[in-house]
Amino acid sequence: MLSFLLRRLLTFVPTFFGVTVVSFLFIRLLPGDPILLLAGERGVGEERYAELIKQFGFDQPIWKQYLDYLWGVMQGDLGNSFVTKKPVVTEFFALFPATLELSICAIILAIVVGIPAGVIAAVNRGKFFDQALMTGALIGYSMPIFWWALLLIIVFSSGLGWTPVSGRISFLYFFDEATGFMLIDSLLSGQKGAFASAVSHLILPTIVLATIPLAVIARQTRSAMLEVLGEDYVRTAKAKGLSPLRVNGQHALRNALIPVVTVIGLLVGTLLAGAILTETIFSWPGIGKWMVDSIFRRDYQVVQGGLLLIASIIMIVNLTVDLLYGWINPKIRKG
Amino acid sequence: MSLLEIKNLTVEFRTANGPFRAVDSVDMTVTAGELVAIVGESGSGKSVSMLAMMGLLPWTANITADKMEFDGKDLLRMSPKERRKIIGKDVSMIFQEPMSSLNPCYTVGFQIKEVLRQHTDLTRAERQARAVELMEQVGIPDPAKRLNVFPHQLSGGMSQRVMIAMALACKPKLLIADEPTTALDVTIQAQILDLLIDLQKTEGMALILITHDMGVVAETVERVNVQYAGQRVEQQEVNALFSNPHHPYTAALLAALPERATGRHLPTIPGVVPGQFDRPQGCLFSPRCEFADDHCRTKPPVAAGPELGKALCHRPLQQGVPQDQKEVSA
Repeated sequence: MLSFLLRRLLTFVPTFFGVTVVSFLFIRLLPGDPILLLAGERGVGEERYAELIKQFGFDQPIWKQYLDYLWGVMQGDLGNSFVTKKPVVTEFFALFPATLELSICAIILAIVVGIPAGVIAAVNRGKFFDQALMTGALIGYSMPIFWWALLLIIVFSSGLGWTPVSGRISFLYFFDEATGFMLIDSLLSGQKGAFASAVSHLILPTIVLATIPLAVIARQTRSAMLEVLGEDYVRTAKAKGLSPLRVNGQHALRNALIPVVTVIGLLVGTLLAGAILTETIFSWPGIGKWMVDSIFRRDYQVVQGGLLLIASIIMIVNLTVDLLYGWINPKIRKG
Repeated sequence: MSLLEIKNLTVEFRTANGPFRAVDSVDMTVTAGELVAIVGESGSGKSVSMLAMMGLLPWTANITADKMEFDGKDLLRMSPKERRKIIGKDVSMIFQEPMSSLNPCYTVGFQIKEVLRQHTDLTRAERQARAVELMEQVGIPDPAKRLNVFPHQLSGGMSQRVMIAMALACKPKLLIADEPTTALDVTIQAQILDLLIDLQKTEGMALILITHDMGVVAETVERVNVQYAGQRVEQQEVNALFSNPHHPYTAALLAALPERATGRHLPTIPGVVPGQFDRPQGCLFSPRCEFADDHCRTKPPVAAGPELGKALCHRPLQQGVPQDQKEVSA
């Protein structure tokens, strides 16, 4: 197990360098001059422009710039944002908890609803529930997210007034960030109603963000279950006189989980990379919105640093998924 | 009193091309402690009839019977929940492919103890002790340690032993072994069969052995049901069956045994079991039967009396000679 872990960690090294190269080059391939963008409408004099070019090191050859960047990365310095002048790492970890909180809630919702729904659909293959669920999943999967979000806001926020329109918590509450997770901070603050407010702000974004993962997980679970339900060991489980819940939910599901965990891992990766649309619509101060803004501003350091951090997190998620495989199916552990 | 009594069991599968009859009016009785075999080629409905009794067929199966009773309990009118209290406990079943019949995700011990948890009030420690005892009983060395292994770490023979241990967990009154040795090496086959017969004697349970191996039948079984294309075509005591088969199909099966072959070539039965679309009009065996005449090909036969092994035949054999039954059945 330990050697497996070490071997996997070793593969992180080339991936990590690959990401530094790609993220470094990607933003520089985009047309647009960060200094002109920074200067804004008033523009910048030629002298000052040359000065800034030198200050940011853009006068150096590109490989030199890359090596400088890499040198910084090795020392844990991802550089400072051109715009805010703050270190990229600081900005990232100030915003990341918001994204993480929303992503965790969304993926939990998608798993808790999606997996049982897929199992029930597979067990009742071809019957009403199955067809209704698969139709629903198809709609959920193909629905434009911004439209779905606006629809929910119109109905539940402005129409029924059940949930707030945007933000993470009501302005009535103010407290220091302890963890960056609003649900936890609001509880820690001890202010009455703060937690409820944080929850109510989370509901709609969570539903919106969970919609596609839910559809994907439900469909994947269903098809994996259909494959497994015909297996001999499922018949054995039935022959033991076990209840359908145990036969389907334990014996069959555990075997069907491998492909489901794979897609969940991929989904978690994309969610963490920033649910750009959802964060934008609900004014959710997460990294998705931050990355998009930075790309528009050609904030080189933020984009390359942010991409690197996101990629690292996705690598960790993938490693977790690989470790989960072995836990779910011991046969894989040996292989 | 008979332990298992099945009368006129018919199983039809709904398929895209209309119903397919896998079991056709089969009768079967098993008394407590008895060893019965169901013999027949692949596709003759041997497993399906037993799976129907266990309630293990998919929902596309349509099961009808005049009577299906186990231990005095009516299996036909029983709810699935009530049936689950019996299967795995009083009737249990082992299957053809031991390697794929065990769940790869759980340890052997978990899978054995699970049966005990479902059907008994034993405590955790008692279940563990019983599992060790079962593993010992089926001849697995170092049982306590082996309980912690996963199925993929076991050989086919070991897996089948585990399956048997699982089936025996609650001391069933009836064990159904569905071709338990087909997937195993020849040397292991004999071991597993010996183990099954041994356990049947020591545990005093009834055993239904589903097989297509007449050699196995000759060595072990007391009474034989021969099935063909979903119908029971003959039923006899094993010695009588071997010395004087009444149905031409039984006779042909016996003739195909290598031990009995006299010529240079092993005799075979030409053709295959009829499927959904080539089901003959008269006797289902008529296209492959060396004694069949026009009457056989047009009219379905009626079962003969017990003196002729209840042979489902117009011309049941007596010492290898067809006896015309036309006058009786017409």
